[in-house]
Amino acid sequence: MLAAIGQFLLILSLVTAVVLMLVPMTGYFKNNDSMMRTGRPLSYLLFILTFATFVILVSLFVMQDFSVTYVWQHSSLELPLRYRITATWGAHEGSVLMWVTVQALWIAAVARYSRSLSLSQVSRVLSVLGIIATGFLAFVLFASNPFEITNPAPLDGRDLNPLLQDFGMIMHPPLLYFGYVGLSVAFALAVAALIGGQIDEKWIRWSRRWTNIAWAFLTIGIILGSWWAYYELGWGGWWFWDPVENASFLPWLAATALIHVQAVSERKNAFRGWTVLLAIIAFSLCVLGTFLVRSGSITSVHSFAADPFRGVFILVLLGLYAGGALTLYALRVNQLRSRDAINLESKETLLLANSLIFITATFTILLGTLFPMIFDAMGKKISVGEPYFGLMFFLLMIPMAVLLPLGTQLRWHKDKMTSAIRALVPHFFIAAALTVAAYLFFAGLNLRATAGVFGGFWIASTSIGQIIKFPGKPNAGFVGMSVAHLGVAVFLFGMSLTEHKDTEKDVLLKPGQTTSVGGYEFTFNGVEQVAVENYQAQQGSIQVSKEGKDLVELHPQKRVYPKQPQPMTEADIYPGFTKDIYVSLGEKINEQGAWAVRIYIKPFIRWMWFGGLMMMAGAVIALFSKRSKRQEQQQVDQVMQQRLGL
Amino acid sequence: MKKVLIALLPLTVFFGLIALLFVNLSTHTEVLPSPLIGKSVPEFEHQTLFSQQTRTQDDFKGEPWLLNVFGSWCPSCQYEHPLVNALAESGRIKVVGLNWKDETEDAIRWLNRWGNPYHEIMVDYVGSTAINLGVYGAPETFLIDANGTIVYKRAGVLTEEIIQQELLPMIDKISL
Repeated sequence: MLAAIGQFLLILSLVTAVVLMLVPMTGYFKNNDSMMRTGRPLSYLLFILTFATFVILVSLFVMQDFSVTYVWQHSSLELPLRYRITATWGAHEGSVLMWVTVQALWIAAVARYSRSLSLSQVSRVLSVLGIIATGFLAFVLFASNPFEITNPAPLDGRDLNPLLQDFGMIMHPPLLYFGYVGLSVAFALAVAALIGGQIDEKWIRWSRRWTNIAWAFLTIGIILGSWWAYYELGWGGWWFWDPVENASFLPWLAATALIHVQAVSERKNAFRGWTVLLAIIAFSLCVLGTFLVRSGSITSVHSFAADPFRGVFILVLLGLYAGGALTLYALRVNQLRSRDAINLESKETLLLANSLIFITATFTILLGTLFPMIFDAMGKKISVGEPYFGLMFFLLMIPMAVLLPLGTQLRWHKDKMTSAIRALVPHFFIAAALTVAAYLFFAGLNLRATAGVFGGFWIASTSIGQIIKFPGKPNAGFVGMSVAHLGVAVFLFGMSLTEHKDTEKDVLLKPGQTTSVGGYEFTFNGVEQVAVENYQAQQGSIQVSKEGKDLVELHPQKRVYPKQPQPMTEADIYPGFTKDIYVSLGEKINEQGAWAVRIYIKPFIRWMWFGGLMMMAGAVIALFSKRSKRQEQQQVDQVMQQRLGL
Repeated sequence: MKKVLIALLPLTVFFGLIALLFVNLSTHTEVLPSPLIGKSVPEFEHQTLFSQQTRTQDDFKGEPWLLNVFGSWCPSCQYEHPLVNALAESGRIKVVGLNWKDETEDAIRWLNRWGNPYHEIMVDYVGSTAINLGVYGAPETFLIDANGTIVYKRAGVLTEEIIQQELLPMIDKISL
């Protein structure tokens, strides 16, 4: 019964989305105000309907309604309540429904917070968002309906994948969806601007805030995913260049390029076409990622169940959205040509360089992700892994790290390159000295780690220098930028040391036996059977001590869930400011209680995630920049430009 | 010229990408080549579920047989079970079950409820043979010829099409 209501609401949502797609846009072309005004109420209605649909699906899980196929496939009687709720988005159908719900929320937010746009602009933006919502709602309804019924209903469900029974998994997908969907606003704005054939500063400034929010969500979503992989998969890794991870990383890279270019194009009439193109690319990559993850085209550890029909459906959506937007772009881009000249020795040039570096990185990683498919089309199977991605990304991030301080040092409009470089020279020596110190302290670092640590110190030193020397009261834009860039420094430092100075040891331990790794002693006190909630576990007990002083007792587990044959490895971690001690259980070796135990020491791994959090915080802080002040500044800039005859 | 390039380059790249994705979608298969095809069945020794006798790989030599990995805990096994029943009833092939990581009472109850198509059922409680066979998850099905060589493997549920188009032709081939 409830499932039928859900189904009905889903159809109503689709109808609403279709109306939203058609009516305000028609109003725009017919210059009919009352039709254009329907955009906002329709957006609110769409959100109410999809949200109600989503709530119904959650309720079906909470009430354990096994007559619904999707519910019995991903839940079971033993599943605790919190995971029954999160199981809603634990697999394909529910996660697409959640995506649509977030999309509708975003559309409603755009409808609410767009007072600074004219009616003709808002109606176009909302209609373009309506097109996107229509596509995804049709996808839910026709290719991934979560309300399908199994008759007769099974008595118990198949249970949720144990990997997903975890806090990280509760938060990770929604945050990523907020990011993906957030980028659809920048996309809709770009398309709406192309339809109208013009784009002004006000419009870009408005879109920039939305892009910033989306970027912040993407960042935190990716960090959570990485953190989850680290403690849940039991391999001690934090990033695997898996196609699904790349699917989230590609939009992030493109969005990074976008937010930097928007900084220029909201100030002056420059890079307009490039801004629009980047907005289209960023969102198209989200849809492409969805395709890769959900079509079964790529073999990945966490891709969803393969279904060719879904693949074709998303491919058609991608063709319509990105193909349509790029066609419009091809037709209209030359109308958007920027009028302001760009001085070579200015911040603008460096921001352009930034976007080129990030877009190159985007396509390098896209190519690596698609490479197995190109070979697959020729009948061969290959996999592209860490060696390719790691090296390419390292090479591409060198110019990024080198140029970042120069970009923040140079002033807008016109500056002297030589004086900017002169200002940075002392920081070069500070960074070099600190790198040498780090090299000696860590008893040698390899080339990549040295480069990474130097990059970290270089960015940190220059950022701090610029904060100290900042004239007057720092505004939110500057603070946000500095925090984000310091985050880059912290990330680089943590990542380099984690990757290249970690210690790993696989040992066979009998009860009572002690082994020493990286200056710590690990005493194995055997394994006992424990029963927790909905699983049984063999729980090891390992006493960690340093120079005879006990630090902590770690309890790594091998979990067995009732409906899954494979045991799950649950590592136990002693987190620290400068290092993590990470212990996971391997296999039981013999009847005397000896186990294979894997021990990692991961230096500065938390810094990496903390750096990511700082980047996110920077994007959020920048939202609070005083717009009025900036507009004022902009007028001053224009006056100055005219006076200087640029 | 430059203007045209700026306008059309993104669109061209995009259509190249779409073409690749489309070609891939129609040619891509999830079938990973199994390293076990063409090799002998790994050695095993299991108790049978009902008769409590011991069976090894050599007991099945002499005629082709189908090894079906199942468990009462696995809803997909229940899904494919009618097909396994029909296949066994047709007498085209001897069907042997490998009851994987299952409690005996559960397995018996399950078979009583859904039917027992198996010539014999071997109990692999610890999953050792399943590991040797490289089983990802139940159900999985292996076709083995009279010499004990694995000639075909299906990971996941059997469907009507797969039985008609892949399994039966293969059975005919090795039965000659």
